[in-house]
Amino acid sequence: MKYSIFSLARAAFSGHKNWQRTWRDASPKSHYDVVIIGGGGHGLATAWFLASEYGIRNVAVLEKGWIGSGNAGRNTTIIRSNYGLPGNTGFYELSMKLWERMEQDLNYNTMVSQRGVINLYHSDAQRDAYARRGNTMRINGIDAELLDLAAVKKMMPFLNFDNARFPVQGGLLQRRGGTARHDAVVWGYAHAASALGVDIIQNCEVTGFVRDANGKVTGVETSRGRIGAGKVGMAVAGSSSRVASMAGLRLPIESHVLQAFVSEAIKPLLPNVMTFGAGHFYVSQSDKGGLVFGGDIDGYNSYAQRGNMPVMEDVCEGGMALMPMIGRVRLLRQWGGVMDMSMDGTPIIDKTPVDGLYLNAGWCYGGFKATPGSGFVFAHLLARDESHEEAARFRLDRFRRGAMIDEKGVGAQPNLH
Amino acid sequence: MRIVCPFCGERELGEFTYLGDAKPRRPAADAGEDAVYDYVYLRDNIAGVMSEHWYHGGGCRTWLKIDRNTLTHEISSVEPATGAGARQVAK
Repeated sequence: MKYSIFSLARAAFSGHKNWQRTWRDASPKSHYDVVIIGGGGHGLATAWFLASEYGIRNVAVLEKGWIGSGNAGRNTTIIRSNYGLPGNTGFYELSMKLWERMEQDLNYNTMVSQRGVINLYHSDAQRDAYARRGNTMRINGIDAELLDLAAVKKMMPFLNFDNARFPVQGGLLQRRGGTARHDAVVWGYAHAASALGVDIIQNCEVTGFVRDANGKVTGVETSRGRIGAGKVGMAVAGSSSRVASMAGLRLPIESHVLQAFVSEAIKPLLPNVMTFGAGHFYVSQSDKGGLVFGGDIDGYNSYAQRGNMPVMEDVCEGGMALMPMIGRVRLLRQWGGVMDMSMDGTPIIDKTPVDGLYLNAGWCYGGFKATPGSGFVFAHLLARDESHEEAARFRLDRFRRGAMIDEKGVGAQPNLH
Repeated sequence: MRIVCPFCGERELGEFTYLGDAKPRRPAADAGEDAVYDYVYLRDNIAGVMSEHWYHGGGCRTWLKIDRNTLTHEISSVEPATGAGARQVAK
């Protein structure tokens, strides 16, 4: 199925009755060159890049539920590449560039909208830190603009500029940042990967690893039988510790809950994605009109996919402080996702000590924006057995070596990242 | 989630601060790098009942040891953590 203006017109004139399934719901074969565990954005992107960039098409993606049923369907859909530390800066820009060509690459409308991402600052010290991060981005060829108060007022006149505790002084703007449609990203990768021969296998939960006499992983045991594999890649953020434990591995990761919220639909208000870090609040407006917002993680270990009231209160207070008029908007939905919180706030994309098993984990609360980049570098690792240059610092042994990438600078305490 | 503090009674979650898994023990000073790495960075990240340290900063300011199910948030036991460290040193 190839999508174009002509296929749309054809379907429109036939009453939209002839649309075909966009990807194949496959049954497992006995053996694959590469098996990816996890049918979220990262797993499906990895499969697509393996097939399209590295010529490895005998690939299966195993998903215990339905594709996109984990964190790919539970995020706030923000894309950006405004990172300041070596390792992060280049990687997220690689991902940003892949977002910019995603719809053409996949022949799928993922609704990538480069409406801009602005981080507000409220003190001289914070302005200096943002100026430095912006300069780091520009040195690396990434767009960044430091806006003063007048420029922010012109862009968003509706903000509360009289906040005594956190007066808005300006913001760091990345115009190329924005949002994308999370479900469409999952379906788009499934669509394109399936067309290249990748088997997407749903309701197939991995229950163990098959190891040979030397300990090498040669396949997986699943709820749909044993599946042999040349290599196995894990892309199961949220459940990384649980899956890794089946191979006897302990990871530098804790699972935490992050909540997100959507208001009822209102008329177009927000021109961009805005973060109010000092107030633990960030927000964008969906194409349907709802305000999509969130704040900090709850701060305790959880696999429950739901959070608690204190953080809801904290997030809503932050929103009210900056945008007092949203007090009259009703909250429509609220949910929680399970975050793979690594010990330095940065992902891990590496071989594991177990031969044949590869790890893509530790995305904390920032995995969505990384989806295409993560798939690309993980496919590189699986195909070439060496890290892609933009992921060379995302190593599993960096904690032992003291080579952490701690963007927030809070140390090995995941609930503070 | 509410926590029944042994000193203050049932209190809302916002009064408490989380430290994490109560299992890791600071290794002896001469235990070596592997033991320190394990203590600082590696976690069991239990999906199920886990013993945890919480601090009741909004109440009696006591460190508590709480058994809580990370899949359901159900709390099965709350006791003061006071003395746990001293007992550990005595061993």
